[in-house]
Amino acid sequence: MAGGVRVGRTGGAGSGAGSGAGSGAESVARTDTAEPPARRPHRRRGPRRRPYAWGGVSPLEKAVRYALLLLVLVITIGPFLWQLSTSLKSINEDVYTQTPSFIPEQPTLANYAEVAETVPIWSYAGNSLIVAAMVVGGNVIGATLAGYALAKLRFRGARLVLGLFLASLLLPAEVTIISQFVIVRDLGFVDTLVGVALPGAIAPLNVLLMRAAFQAIPPEIEAAAIIDGANAWQRLVHIGLPNVRGMLSVVMIFSFIGAWDDFLWPLLVLTDPDKFTLTVGLQYLNGTFVSNPRLIAAGSMIAFIPILIVFTVLQRYFFKGVDAGAIKG
Amino acid sequence: MTHKRWFTPWVLVIPAGLWLLVFGIWPAINTLILSFTNAKALGGGRFTGLENYRRLLDDGQLADALINSVIYMLVCLPLLTMLPLLLAVLVQKRLRGIAFFRVAFYTPVIASAVVVAIIWQWLLDDRGLINGLAQRLGFLSEPLPFLTDRWLLLFSAISLTVWKGLGYYMIIYMSALGNVPRELYEAAAVDGAGPVRRFFSITIPGVRNTMLLISMLISVYALRTFSELYILSGTTGGPGGEAMSLVMLIQMYGQGLSGQLGYASALSVLLFVVTIGPMLVLARISRRGT
Repeated sequence: MAGGVRVGRTGGAGSGAGSGAGSGAESVARTDTAEPPARRPHRRRGPRRRPYAWGGVSPLEKAVRYALLLLVLVITIGPFLWQLSTSLKSINEDVYTQTPSFIPEQPTLANYAEVAETVPIWSYAGNSLIVAAMVVGGNVIGATLAGYALAKLRFRGARLVLGLFLASLLLPAEVTIISQFVIVRDLGFVDTLVGVALPGAIAPLNVLLMRAAFQAIPPEIEAAAIIDGANAWQRLVHIGLPNVRGMLSVVMIFSFIGAWDDFLWPLLVLTDPDKFTLTVGLQYLNGTFVSNPRLIAAGSMIAFIPILIVFTVLQRYFFKGVDAGAIKG
Repeated sequence: MTHKRWFTPWVLVIPAGLWLLVFGIWPAINTLILSFTNAKALGGGRFTGLENYRRLLDDGQLADALINSVIYMLVCLPLLTMLPLLLAVLVQKRLRGIAFFRVAFYTPVIASAVVVAIIWQWLLDDRGLINGLAQRLGFLSEPLPFLTDRWLLLFSAISLTVWKGLGYYMIIYMSALGNVPRELYEAAAVDGAGPVRRFFSITIPGVRNTMLLISMLISVYALRTFSELYILSGTTGGPGGEAMSLVMLIQMYGQGLSGQLGYASALSVLLFVVTIGPMLVLARISRRGT
């Protein structure tokens, strides 16, 4: 995603399919450049100009566009809705039928209660939350401090430090995962939530993102503060932080999503079923109780709905971040 | 800028720097070191020279995994460079409710790979929605074994990856589309170029760099794939473990009390070698951009 090649496992800005997010060739990007055509000054208006040539949308084009949008909507959201529907179907309703019914005959939350009796799914959710909180906290603090120093303070060795952060982005997380496991084991954190949170608690990509955000603050502002006698810490708090809120929220959102969704690392670190995070617990549930798809569906909804809420509430910051250049194409 | 105290910057850099050393740089070095030893989860750790690397050459499962990776990449590359671009063009125009569609299309990206793999496992089940509908509508007389046949399993995982990646690359393309000068479109429209023509002669050249970037991202991602195949195959890697990925092998050899950390490290080094090419291209694009 932004500013660098994303390879970090948890905590980096960038998640999901593209976790290998990259970095920006193009600078970004008002995502929406369309402005109402009517207000544009009339130029180059030749006789052949069609009324809907650009900016305006003809009724036909509108219909085609909405049809396509709805088609893609069914493809992207449909599977989630089908899973939700399955999770709400009662045990008496045939979920395998060849005439699938989308609306449960008698919607019930019984599967959610039952899945909690089968595996401690709510404590899995709690574990995921604890890990995510540690990862978000670590990244916000660690990346802000280091990002500020690398952007705004001059010191011997700064270039070397910066180079190391950049170089580390060339390594996919999976390359070093075995050695990270050895370290976490030697530190005595195997099978603990701290062990799950530790390696991703300050992701290099986030340091670089925060550095880029601090660099965008005009130096003149800071020069004035220096003349007024403000020290580095005061400048960071009073000038730096208020100006990087957008990037900070992007770092927070993606640290949270990254930690909540992470699977391979907690799978390696955790062995005690009581300490599982949601993804590992879900996999455990999936392997154990394949006989009842309703339970598995309920379990997966428990893992999915919180992240959906977090994203829906914060998406405005995310898409604003896209506008602000947080995500460079 | 002047500092009264020389150590101030270091105090700020040290937490992140320490993390970088302990969880980034040292593991990278140690992976290389371990790959020359017979390190085990319990004990081991004797230097064995190139033994692990010799073993890589004879590992039939690894050969399968590499074939799977190549197929994964070859199928994902065209689909995930083109479909998200079309999607970005579709959501670029401000229509009523477009913000909702954008967020909705991004939803698969924020869901955990585990959650979406479980959802798709249910959809692709012998008695699941897709087989059920296909039989109902008469396309199939027997259910297709999406989750138990080696190749169908691989292509199911690929479809899942493509489906989950659409929104992610769409966002990146949306950024790039904002930079294509509108005057070009206006001029083309005045000259009577239709939408298809405008797409091929303005949009595609306009986002060429982004396309290169995205194709590198996809290459790296395809080589790193884990959760999709792991969950869809019920953690087994399909019949005879033939539908494994490289990272599944790393996990298999690295995990648990019987873990062969030395061999898993050699596999990790191999992963580094196959990803470094696209990674360096990415780094180049990134430097040019900043």
